[in-house]
Amino acid sequence: MNEITGNEIIHQYLRHNKKFPHVLCPGCGHGIVLGTLIRSIHSLNIPKDDVVIVAGIGCSGRLAVYVDFNTVHTTHGRALSFATGIKMANPKLNVITIMGDGDALSIGGNHLIHAARRNIGVTALILNNNIYGMTGGQSSPATPMGATTMTNPFGQLDKSFDTVELARGAGANYVARGTTFHVKKLEKVLTDAIERPGFSVVEAITPCHTQYGRKNKYKTPVDMYKWMKKAAIPVDRYNELSEAEKEDRLAIGVFVERDQPGFEERYFDLKAKLQAQEEKGGK
Amino acid sequence: MARRKKRKEIFALGNEAVVEGALLAGCSFYGGYPITPSSEIMEIMASKLPQTDDGVFIQMEDEIASMGAIIGASLAGRKVLTATSGPGFSLKQENLGYAVMAETPLVLVNVMRGGLSTGLPTCPGQGDVQQARWGTHGDHPIIVLSASNVQECLDMTITAFNMAEKYRTPVILLLDEITAHTREKIEIPYEGEFEVFSRTIPSMPPEWYKPYEETVRGVPPMPPIGSGYRFHVTGLTHDRNGFPTQRPEEVVELMDRLHRKIDQFFYDIQLVEEIQTEDADTVVIAYGCVARSAELAVQQARANGIKAGLLKLKTLFPYPRRQQEKIMANAKTIIVPELNMGQMSREVKRVNQGRASVRTINRIDGQIITPSEILKVIMQG
Repeated sequence: MNEITGNEIIHQYLRHNKKFPHVLCPGCGHGIVLGTLIRSIHSLNIPKDDVVIVAGIGCSGRLAVYVDFNTVHTTHGRALSFATGIKMANPKLNVITIMGDGDALSIGGNHLIHAARRNIGVTALILNNNIYGMTGGQSSPATPMGATTMTNPFGQLDKSFDTVELARGAGANYVARGTTFHVKKLEKVLTDAIERPGFSVVEAITPCHTQYGRKNKYKTPVDMYKWMKKAAIPVDRYNELSEAEKEDRLAIGVFVERDQPGFEERYFDLKAKLQAQEEKGGK
Repeated sequence: MARRKKRKEIFALGNEAVVEGALLAGCSFYGGYPITPSSEIMEIMASKLPQTDDGVFIQMEDEIASMGAIIGASLAGRKVLTATSGPGFSLKQENLGYAVMAETPLVLVNVMRGGLSTGLPTCPGQGDVQQARWGTHGDHPIIVLSASNVQECLDMTITAFNMAEKYRTPVILLLDEITAHTREKIEIPYEGEFEVFSRTIPSMPPEWYKPYEETVRGVPPMPPIGSGYRFHVTGLTHDRNGFPTQRPEEVVELMDRLHRKIDQFFYDIQLVEEIQTEDADTVVIAYGCVARSAELAVQQARANGIKAGLLKLKTLFPYPRRQQEKIMANAKTIIVPELNMGQMSREVKRVNQGRASVRTINRIDGQIITPSEILKVIMQG
């Protein structure tokens, strides 16, 4: 297994009956995240039949169609509710949701906090490109304050969401953030997230040059990567910075590691207990 | 000698009968959100499902998520149920359309309450009839059933599951507050006495499987997620492989099949009950709790020497056009009483095309239409 190269691994997991090319723009980071996801699943040796990719709507939602797993492309923001149903119906499956920032934090915000509260055994991969890309560059809840977008032509007025703090507060078992520049680190946290029981959230910062970058002083996709490289800092070093220094920086790494049992585990434990009681009562 | 199988008699609420019917039909997954007057369905499921072999109950964060959860569970091979009422029904429409498009079997019970918006939460109504038909956006086929007494709540729930599985489609069962909250004696059929249909699963090897292939019935086989048939499920218009398409010929093929698989089986889907309609020149067409009032009114009219009859609709959509046409051979007057401003009477008038005189009785004050109100109109002729 180890001799084959990264590209060969990815090729093994792509759907060959799917009509390529894909929908993504040049300079988009989504393909890098998808490649990372494939390598993570491959490194865990999970059979393709046991993997379910549940995607929302938007550019990130389209990723599911290219990969040779069980794939479900759902409605906008609802991926986690479908994923919860699939996991509860068959807890043996590895369920991974792919959502965008608008998908997970805006229209699907309620599902995200309750999936975390419930601690359902699903991995939520959130591709944050700070914008609604597919619909043409409107503000998302992850658009930074002051940024120019199609729906905030005079600058974004409201604050952006911190996915990590939201997931932590709501009770997720595992919360991490990575970027498409720090691919190896992203692969590491994604692998950990899939392996860990309970609800895991991985936020992947990915550049959208087409709809976000070029309207916000990043002239080329390369400029966006330069920003990522400069801004990203491991979480332990980030925590040592002063509030002023934290301003333009982006903490990456693992933020939460808990070991609470997943909802499905608690539910099926309860069932077993009830059945044992019934058998005892019957005799 | 084997013991003779007997039906069990219970004294049950309409909502309770729905649960009994669902479990008999093989339902093993409930996802829901509480709302009056449907909550008993959820509560009873919450206590029963964890005690069955494979039953899963989950209370979701909202109505939208409950639909998402049951669709996910259905894709993973479960027979699934959710129940709601007016405001919740509106929220479920988004994913209901997804289930039609992705051909996901599920049963959605809507216990209709009075009024629009938050309306009259504890009163009966029949105002969601056309919403059940057209509530989700885009052209779509749908099966809508109803029940008018507690026994029918059980029977029609079984029917709803069978139709959902047979035609790979969501089925809506419309109850009303009165039917759902009436408590009366019902008989629970014994195993083997009723048909239980489960979706067809593919028999070909996975590499030959095309998830949305044309079949004679128009209903492709459906494997549970995780059984070795890896395919793509989407709400986007898709080709035979399940991949998104905008090619006009592929779009038309899918849309045609989605409609045809329901339309061509009208004889199996369109259920009615005819009560003294053979020679009736005055026919009441009714459904739900109002059909019960109508039945008594018809009996009283007969006692007064009037040739009255009742066509009770058990299937609301696709509308039982042929059954109405049959009674129109004799009927000079058709009376349509309903707890709305005239939603099914539109269908009746559409089929009638001016032949008989159609009279409507509409009540929207949260009260039932009484037998005497219907009798009065029958007597007027």
